[in-house]
Amino acid sequence: MTMNEAAPPAKQNMGDPLRRVDGRLKVTGKASYPADIPVSNLAHGMLVTSGVARGRLKSLHLDAARAVPGVIDIITHETIRGELLAPEFGSSGSTSIGPLHDTKIWHDGQIIALVLAETVEAAREGAMRVVAEYDEEKPSTSFGSQGTETVAAAEASKQFEEDVKAGDFNTAFAAAEVKIDAEYEMPTQHHNPIELFSTTAYWQGEELIVHEPSQNVYGWKAEIARQLKMEPDRVRVVSPYIGGAFGSKGPITPRTAIVAFAARRLGRPVRCVVTRPQAFTTQTYRAETRHHLQIGATREGKITAFKHEGWEVTSRPDPYVVGGTKTTGLMYDYGSVLTKVFLVKADRPTPSYMRSPPETPYVYALENAMDEMAVALNMDPIEFRRVNDAMREPIDGRPFSSRSLMECYDEAAREFGWSKRNPAIGSMRDGDWLIGMGCATAIYPTNIAPCAVRITLTDDGRARIQTASHEIGTGIRTIAAQLAAEELGLDISAVEVEMGDTRLPPAPVAGGSNTTASVSSAIIKACGEIRQKLFHAAVTSNDGPLAGLDPASIALREGKLVTGKVTQDLKDAFKLMGAGVIEQYSEFRPDAASAQAVSNLYKGKMELVSGDKGEKVKYAFGAELVEVRVHRRTREVRVPRIVGAFGAGRIMNTRTARSQLMGGMIWGISSALHEATEFDQRSARVVNRDLQDYLVPVNADIQEVKVILVSETDNDVNPAGVKGLGELGNVGTAAAIASAVSHATGKRIRKLPIRIDGLIG
Amino acid sequence: MLPFSYQRAGDIGSAVAAADEAKEIPPTAASVQFIAGGTNMSDYMRLGVNRPSRLVDINRIEDRSLKTIEIGDPEIRLGALVRMSEVEDHPDINRRCPMLAESLKLAASRQIRNMATLGGNVLQRTRCEYFREISWPCNKRDPGSGCAAMEGFNRQHAVLGTSDACIATYHGDFAQALIALDASIDISGRSGKRRIRFAELHHQPGDRPDVETTLRPGEMITAIIVDIPAWAARSRYLKIRDRQSYAFALASTAVAIELDGDIVRQARIGLGGLATVPWRATAAEEALQNKPLTEENAAMAAEAAFAGAQPRQHNAFKIELGKQTLVRALLEVREMRI
Repeated sequence: MTMNEAAPPAKQNMGDPLRRVDGRLKVTGKASYPADIPVSNLAHGMLVTSGVARGRLKSLHLDAARAVPGVIDIITHETIRGELLAPEFGSSGSTSIGPLHDTKIWHDGQIIALVLAETVEAAREGAMRVVAEYDEEKPSTSFGSQGTETVAAAEASKQFEEDVKAGDFNTAFAAAEVKIDAEYEMPTQHHNPIELFSTTAYWQGEELIVHEPSQNVYGWKAEIARQLKMEPDRVRVVSPYIGGAFGSKGPITPRTAIVAFAARRLGRPVRCVVTRPQAFTTQTYRAETRHHLQIGATREGKITAFKHEGWEVTSRPDPYVVGGTKTTGLMYDYGSVLTKVFLVKADRPTPSYMRSPPETPYVYALENAMDEMAVALNMDPIEFRRVNDAMREPIDGRPFSSRSLMECYDEAAREFGWSKRNPAIGSMRDGDWLIGMGCATAIYPTNIAPCAVRITLTDDGRARIQTASHEIGTGIRTIAAQLAAEELGLDISAVEVEMGDTRLPPAPVAGGSNTTASVSSAIIKACGEIRQKLFHAAVTSNDGPLAGLDPASIALREGKLVTGKVTQDLKDAFKLMGAGVIEQYSEFRPDAASAQAVSNLYKGKMELVSGDKGEKVKYAFGAELVEVRVHRRTREVRVPRIVGAFGAGRIMNTRTARSQLMGGMIWGISSALHEATEFDQRSARVVNRDLQDYLVPVNADIQEVKVILVSETDNDVNPAGVKGLGELGNVGTAAAIASAVSHATGKRIRKLPIRIDGLIG
Repeated sequence: MLPFSYQRAGDIGSAVAAADEAKEIPPTAASVQFIAGGTNMSDYMRLGVNRPSRLVDINRIEDRSLKTIEIGDPEIRLGALVRMSEVEDHPDINRRCPMLAESLKLAASRQIRNMATLGGNVLQRTRCEYFREISWPCNKRDPGSGCAAMEGFNRQHAVLGTSDACIATYHGDFAQALIALDASIDISGRSGKRRIRFAELHHQPGDRPDVETTLRPGEMITAIIVDIPAWAARSRYLKIRDRQSYAFALASTAVAIELDGDIVRQARIGLGGLATVPWRATAAEEALQNKPLTEENAAMAAEAAFAGAQPRQHNAFKIELGKQTLVRALLEVREMRI
């Protein structure tokens, strides 16, 4: 790969591929992640987790653990009782299951104790020596297990208002000339960020400081304070760098408050690093889903009827909804739409967000069905999508603010050489390798949230941006610096960025691909206000080159105020203001957000304005085309190349954008071919608890990955014109691969991952 | 992790003298363990699967023969402390017996192969998920406790050499090339040295899956000896897995063929990822002998190799995959230009 490919030239409405401002720190190991922070007098915590998935903790034998040299204390339900409020499921919390708040066992690997010791090794040995006895009950693992409870999502959850529908599906489907009816499954997946989950907590008097990788520091601050029954102002959450998150560090899990409690009880700092196997049961995951789709169309390929039913596993107490029918229901011009989402409650931890939470599984099902329909119609799958493309959504007929789907398909097809695809199944070969080609649509809603930022500009032409936003690897630090540099006429090297700390102005959760849009909108607002102050001073002064001029004609460029050929140094403009520094604090509130949206942000309650709201619906689109090779004898699937083209409004930095989309497509390959959390169905326990057995691709699996950024301008989405694309890239990939495998082999695998098991024999 | 003491052995004599010679427990469960590359041992100590109270580090043993590759004809002698990567890089071994070098190249990752020794490699323990996580019952780890894999999620488990007590796969790759070549190993213990056929090293699980090898308490492997016939240049190691690299085999095969025109004079076949121990497919070798190497005959040999295979709920596909892997490897070595 050439360096040029990593840094695509900016097209219209795109920012330059500047290098990551923190790239060097990260690759040289100088960026300190939360578990790296040096803390003196540290006690180490090791979790003890349950070996059964359902029942009650009868007794805990701790003597052998206490006898391990170096063990200081063991936190159990008896220590916690009454001291901590139970966690809450909802805006910031992953679950209502209070693992040490009661003796009830809700799921496999539930936290049942925290062993505290002078060393990690002693804590680990102590944890290994804790013996638990249970009153065990027969658990339900998943779909098809006895004892699960199925409820309608719209009735069970406030977050999922309704099942979208339009027209009369039943009549239209009955009358359709060509129909398909198919079921698809996606397994449980775990994020497995390489940075392990960890909490480091210490108290300074009555103030609690928590270092933990987090995608939502303000939300966590509020929830930690609530559980510990203290004022939020006394809690500080610090998370400057995050080593992979993908949603797993979005909602706070119950461990954090337990570790903070332990630090208070011991009167010394406590650090707890969750082991890789423990993360499979004490953290969140992508719920397994099942989908039933029915599509009816005319012989010419115009869809007349679309039905999508989804079933999603969740825990017994918490109605977490994936709910991707909101997106699949408006993707094409269907005529009639019927959707329904069900929750299946089992003895499992509460699932939560994982990159493109609703879209990944639901669009996987839809795009597979679209391909099956194209085959049934004997149509090219791209042409089939073209026939059903529309600039209005089919539920309420609202227009898309912009929709570049077919431009994406056309650009990707040209790059890929789609015209060379022979549609006949099994017709393309290279020796013993069967070649298949498939495609799928990517879609993601454009979300936006309130955000506050402080920008300090000094008269020497240096700026500092402060906001409690989160750099989860997307490049937001770089984008923030780049945007502020552009808005203030500075070089990016003159801009510093501080993020990931509740001492900074509040920013929304790094989730739903809203960060770039929200933070950029706030920065644009703050920079506008700074310019206004400077320009006002310049034009209202009694002398100076800009005196009396129209402030609207002035711009900031290269450390100067500029209009036509007239310039004024920044330093001089500052002098006119009688100040050496402008400290601008700005709060951005999206138009569609409530009046309380900003004040709620300070309380850790985030209001995300979703792309499906408003007079226009706002979505980013993409098209992914993939080639697979399947060995005719041994049936292993390889992906020699994948091309994705994406239209996502203004691209702030083509380098970081490409990187996000490329990473997304690679994860899509992973989802298609590798990833699954496997369960022992008898005991509802996870079997593959580490990276030996939970497979993700290695370098050898990933060959040519081509990203095309399609030029698109959308002034309706938000002041920054940004759609967000962190989650767009891995939507649709798995369906494109399943379709390509079907094209190569004639076998349609409707259950992920696609492995040799399903293709051989 | 259990606190342990650490001792460095300077020679073979002091290493075996430090070992635990308790007769009633298998060497894998002894309180004193040798450690070389440590890539499997340290992992299993962290997981609590191995809980030795003392480690005897044999990396610094001064005897050069433990660390050298001696190339003779036909005999090649590989010291037990030679690192996997040293053998995979060796030009003579690559030329004379590609499958031996490939079985190492396709294992683990280069970083691990730079650490892991050959002696440790052949003694690596199963990666059965139920063995690795100590909260499950496991007859191999905790004799008599039962086998959770038998009716559990057993997709990666063995279909050959299984018993009612254990279906854990032997995951090594190198061992499949060694068993196909009928290698030998040198062993040192307190009572002296001995040499055995590699094929006699591993025990099928039977009713004692915790007894994995015929090594006696306190014994140490010192060398691997392989006779490489001239025709082993026509050989390869084919490994099929869920991803392209850094994964254990779902099915693999070490295949070497002596061809006389189209006719197979001798075939040597090892099968990996499919059996509880390193597995030589003698029935398949015999089925090919003195027959033309056609697709039909290759398929017949593959049938013979899996005649006694025992599938469980999730691993039945491995029988067909094993057959196809063997057929593919046989036809690919046929096409090799020597």
